[in-house]
Amino acid sequence: MLVLLAVAVLAAGFMARLNPLLTVAAAAVVAGLSGGLGPVETISAFGRAFNDNRYISLVWLVLPAIGLLERAGLQERARDLMARARAATAGRLLLVYFVVRQLTAALGLTSLGGQAQMVRPLIAPMAEAAAERHAGAPLPEAARALVRAQAAATDNIAVFFGEDIFIAVASILLIKGFLEQNGIAAEPLSLSVWAMPTAAVALAVHAARMARLDRRLKRDAAGGPAQ
Amino acid sequence: MISLALAYRLAGLMFLAFAALSARAPGAGRWSRSAFWALVAASFLAGDQIGAFANGLIVLALALIAGSGRLDLKPPAAAPAAERRASAERFGDRLFLPALAIPAVAVFGSLVLKRVILAGRPLLESGQATLVSLALGAATALVAAVVMLRPRPLTPLAEGLRLADTVSWAGLLPQVLAALGAVFALSGVGRAVGELIGLVAPLGNPYGAVAAYTVGMALFTAIMGNAFAAFPVMTAAVGLPVIVGRFGGDPAAMGAIGMLSGFCGTLTTPMAANFNVVPVALLELPDRWAVIRAQLPAAGLLLAANTLLMAFLVYR
Repeated sequence: MLVLLAVAVLAAGFMARLNPLLTVAAAAVVAGLSGGLGPVETISAFGRAFNDNRYISLVWLVLPAIGLLERAGLQERARDLMARARAATAGRLLLVYFVVRQLTAALGLTSLGGQAQMVRPLIAPMAEAAAERHAGAPLPEAARALVRAQAAATDNIAVFFGEDIFIAVASILLIKGFLEQNGIAAEPLSLSVWAMPTAAVALAVHAARMARLDRRLKRDAAGGPAQ
Repeated sequence: MISLALAYRLAGLMFLAFAALSARAPGAGRWSRSAFWALVAASFLAGDQIGAFANGLIVLALALIAGSGRLDLKPPAAAPAAERRASAERFGDRLFLPALAIPAVAVFGSLVLKRVILAGRPLLESGQATLVSLALGAATALVAAVVMLRPRPLTPLAEGLRLADTVSWAGLLPQVLAALGAVFALSGVGRAVGELIGLVAPLGNPYGAVAAYTVGMALFTAIMGNAFAAFPVMTAAVGLPVIVGRFGGDPAAMGAIGMLSGFCGTLTTPMAANFNVVPVALLELPDRWAVIRAQLPAAGLLLAANTLLMAFLVYR
């Protein structure tokens, strides 16, 4: 139970708004030491796992291409696209993106999306432009931040509640493996069918949330409270 | 063969260039930024050679530099809006092509190139096709953008560094959290949390057990930042012995909906940094909780839905 100190360090660090990278490193050291590892063992275990997980940071290889395209006006062009789409609102655009992202994730195509590759350069500027065109005026800062945060949330929720319908995704294989270790045979397909009801609920919830976002943006544009 | 090691070398060289450009750029905090990117470059270029302890010292040094606050001193801003607008008019919708090449090549690679055999060897390192294809997509997009835009030689790296400084330490957080997860596993944090939940949960009633399992999955995932870490612990503590063992529930429905309950927790926690912290930096949001705040209603509703679905489906 002593190792729970590490969880306390994490919570305290996040609450006290210390730098998260520093907080996490401190929690790792506390977890290792209170879990019975020596200082060198702890640092080595942390370092070995850091090295093994470099693939997570490989996504940043997209930075030069995205940066170059942004300098050349990619975000401006994404906004122009929305200015031409008369029926588009921020909520409707994000709902369409949600459906596409959830369906493609359900087919195993989880790399068709992502915060660095799609949301920042394309989806967020398009949603902002749709909101501006609909309001007929530049967005107040609070509304702009809200639209951007909803764009990020759309990508996350769609992929979380779409990918488990695909039979070969890591989480389904983990469930299958764990059940098998405990002597229970489970076909991936028999697991992934149970992901479908939740996927449908996620779509319904997001549709309602996006309708709400549009109503809120309309109210703000009509001169209501900004936040 | 295009291997993951090759993609790591490419990333290492990019971060090395970021370190050099940071040292050259004027402004407060430039040496801290340069040292930060140089350490990341060292990890990508030499991580397999220098041993676990040296890698550990690299992570601790990265954490100390980030903790010093010197990375947060604002880097210089983007190209002037008028220049970007003029360029957008000039290139038009062609600008989308390189950007869309990233996901297109990533998917093409992981579906088609994965099966290509050249001279008896697979074109992409087997088992790593998705990651290698992502790197391939990034490289393709860069080449296409350079051919179309004809920038000065250092411009792609300078613009990449501008974005990298926007994301800054948050970009490394997902990898460092994954490493924390490994240390947690070694030191038995999961077991301890599982025991704690077992102590307080109402396990005498079939529906109480379902609620304890789904809510426990969400809470434990929020603490660990990852449903994969929570799943084995919670399923061994509550799912298998109580829902399946004592009350005869269906293990497939339990496992699938249990994992999705964990994903509800993922939506609520800064520990899931690549989903909830990185976009705050990428989208330059003033409130560091903005993305989590936007997701909280969906997370709560979906957790309630998962609990009801499991209660109905697991005991059919």
